[in-house]
Amino acid sequence: MRGCSSRSKTAHSQGRAVCMTNCPTLIVTVGLPARGKTYISKKLTRYLNWIGVPTREFNVGQYRRDFLKIYKSFEFFRPDNEEGLKIRRQCASAALNDVQLYLTEEGGQVAVFDATNTTRERRGLIIQFAEQNGFKVFFVESVCEDPEVIQENIVQVKLGSPDYTNCNTEEAVEDFMKRIKCYENSYETLDEVLDRDLSYIKIMDVGQRFMVNRVLDHIQSRIVYYLMNIHITPRSIYLCRHGESDLNVRGRIGGDSGLTPNGKQFAKKLNQFIQTQNIQDLKVWTSQMKRTIQTAEALCVPYEQWKVLNEIDAGDCEEMMYEEIQERYPLEFALRDQDKYRYRYPKGESYEDLVQRLEPVIMELERQENVLVVCHQAVMRCLLAYFLDKTAEELPYLKCPLHTVLKLTPVAYGCKVESISLNVEAVNTHREKPENVDVHRTAEDALQTVPAHL
Amino acid sequence: MEQENMRRSRCDSTASVPQFCNSPTVIVMVGLPARGKTYISKKLTRYLNWIGVPTKVFNVGQYRREAVKTYKNFEFFKPDNEEAMRIRKACASAALSDVAAYFAKEYGQVAVFDATNTTRERRAIINTFAKERGYKVFFVESICDDPDIIAENIKQVKFGSPDYIDRDIEEAMQDFVQRIECYKASYMPIDDEIDRKLSYIKIFDVGSRYLVNQVQDHIQSRIVYYLMNIHVTPRSIYLSRHGESELNLLGRIGGDSGLSPRGHKYAGALASFIRGQKIKDLKVWTSHMKRTIQTAETLGVQYEQWKALNEIDAGVCEELTYEEIQENFPEEFAMRDQDKYRYRYPKGESYEDLVHRLEPVIMELERQENVLVICHQAVMRCLLAYFLDKAGDELPYLRCPLHTVLKLTPVAYGCKVESFFLNIEAVNTHREKPKNVNVNRNPEEALLTVPDHI
Repeated sequence: MRGCSSRSKTAHSQGRAVCMTNCPTLIVTVGLPARGKTYISKKLTRYLNWIGVPTREFNVGQYRRDFLKIYKSFEFFRPDNEEGLKIRRQCASAALNDVQLYLTEEGGQVAVFDATNTTRERRGLIIQFAEQNGFKVFFVESVCEDPEVIQENIVQVKLGSPDYTNCNTEEAVEDFMKRIKCYENSYETLDEVLDRDLSYIKIMDVGQRFMVNRVLDHIQSRIVYYLMNIHITPRSIYLCRHGESDLNVRGRIGGDSGLTPNGKQFAKKLNQFIQTQNIQDLKVWTSQMKRTIQTAEALCVPYEQWKVLNEIDAGDCEEMMYEEIQERYPLEFALRDQDKYRYRYPKGESYEDLVQRLEPVIMELERQENVLVVCHQAVMRCLLAYFLDKTAEELPYLKCPLHTVLKLTPVAYGCKVESISLNVEAVNTHREKPENVDVHRTAEDALQTVPAHL
Repeated sequence: MEQENMRRSRCDSTASVPQFCNSPTVIVMVGLPARGKTYISKKLTRYLNWIGVPTKVFNVGQYRREAVKTYKNFEFFKPDNEEAMRIRKACASAALSDVAAYFAKEYGQVAVFDATNTTRERRAIINTFAKERGYKVFFVESICDDPDIIAENIKQVKFGSPDYIDRDIEEAMQDFVQRIECYKASYMPIDDEIDRKLSYIKIFDVGSRYLVNQVQDHIQSRIVYYLMNIHVTPRSIYLSRHGESELNLLGRIGGDSGLSPRGHKYAGALASFIRGQKIKDLKVWTSHMKRTIQTAETLGVQYEQWKALNEIDAGVCEELTYEEIQENFPEEFAMRDQDKYRYRYPKGESYEDLVHRLEPVIMELERQENVLVICHQAVMRCLLAYFLDKAGDELPYLRCPLHTVLKLTPVAYGCKVESFFLNIEAVNTHREKPKNVNVNRNPEEALLTVPDHI
């Protein structure tokens, strides 16, 4: 996110840490099993990390699985199973302990505590824990009574769970339904009156309706906005670069050139490919640079131009070959190899800047259904990193070759990726990180990984 | 139909909202008198216009004042006053008629229908009206029973209303309270069950809690996000440019130079001024450029750097004087004078682009309380235009001289502006629009309005 002055520390007084401006946030999920809590936890965590807020999820069910090794049946979750309750309480404590470590000693900013947390009593304990440590608490409750949605949920993520590896589908569904029943009697939903002092969002019927109470700060506001924009309607996102451009073949970065004959060929093939995919209501987005617009023109459908999809601005290095950058700015060239994510071209941008300007694109991609985004190498790397949960270290080296379409389809807790090469020749524009990133390296060492060009 | 086709053709978007060329939207306010409907209507309209979505408010009370020249007393609003009822219905119809004209003939995208709309019957009429014409409808209901807030409301905006111009305060208050009573008996708030198919947001107690139902599209999502971030807590926003810079003295635009000696003096004067204002919990924001950071350093408090606050990127004209721009790029120079808001420097930005990148700053300014923003000429013009509701043709010519602090304090439906020149001399950097903007003009005509420099 934007550059910040250092994070304030917490002060302690009377066993209650005082929340300073940037104190960590504990997000607490609430809801019966199969209401999408883990789906939301993982997705939210992925989004926050991508925009630069160090976030981690803590799934209490995972702690339980690590402790118990073998799951027998729903009986473990019966409210009268003392042994079971003891273990479950221990797992919750262990998880909170790790939360505390993460937020106070490991540089975490947000922790997502993923469990049912269906009783006011349990939530009260968590609030106490947070107050003692100076964490802000934000509840995310998912309420849903639609049996079809719940069924689909169970099919998508429960059948594949380690808990049910040795059961057939019928057995698993039956057991899971009984598991849900174990929670139902003691479930106390967040209440408008009783819980009016808490900060929370209640998501009803998979996003048809929301109740939002006492949003305290910027990060909670962003979280609410994000949660209100995501959906689970099946769809696919297609990512590709523009067709091969004139500057591409000459090994020059940036600029605003048009397509080569190969590039035009790709545009035609892209059109054919899209037709065969038979996509319902496809939206097409491009940047405002010639090469993506020319590519989209071949599709003969309306498309939308976003300036924020423009390629990374290489500043003083615009339209230079890597060889020229090495000759004129050898120091800069080495610094970039040392930290490609954060390095900012003189008078240009960094990948980190790019992520920030792409955030509205991601938000709108979440809102939309079937979309084809025709963009650029660095931009595509950033978008891909969001969907595939890649770190800042990996992001600038993700492979996004020309003339290849990536089809992303959300499935279970993640994203299925299909890579489709449209079989049109193109130069390679991918420069791997060289072995020697020292500022005193020789020109050969620096240029070792530069791909071939005219 | 032809207009519809025009709407559906390919859309270029430099505005902050992707122009999906969708159907227009009618925002319908709902709520008893003195619940902030007009405040919300005007603020929302100002925001939407600033981000590039043509929006207009239709205040039915205004139509009533035009139809019934003199307001006598609350009896006009009694539910059994048939004559008045007829007039009020006619006013609502007239307003809806104007909404239709705004969409069809004036390329409006959003209309805010500001009235009480407290009965289900009235809301159904509006819904039907909209559906027949293919408009989307989004309700915004404000619910508040806190007598202090309502009283404050009445004081701030009702006493100054044309309705009460000849009344003294007690009389006006009494009459208005009776007016509210007239509506209470028939008030049917939006019902979560009966109205579950409608799209709406309910705002409780000035934003302490929200209920959001069936958000249909991007613009509604943005509206919800905005409404959830604004507040009415009294505060002030201070806008200032960096101190005079070295490049300012030379008459050169852009760049990243440090402060001149006088610029440093200003930083000191700014620190004294700020101390003198005795502001509670002031946040200080700067850009990533040396001159704003140097200015902030003297304040001796923590400040936050935003890349989004960097000055407009003049691309190929960076660090040139206007004389040099005229010599090297006479045609560009003329085109800029023809449409300064939309003109984009080659390899640079336009004011329109600037507004887009400043949107998150505005959103965060809305969330915050007391803030000092140390920025740049073009950036400050954009921010000022948002607060003072200035359109694209005025925005690039707003006066934002060096060494002057603007203090903005929200009051009633607008913003009070106080200007403080801190008595440190500085060059003038304001270039007025010259008379001759023709590309064939001679250099003298082009350079007529260039301010003096070394």
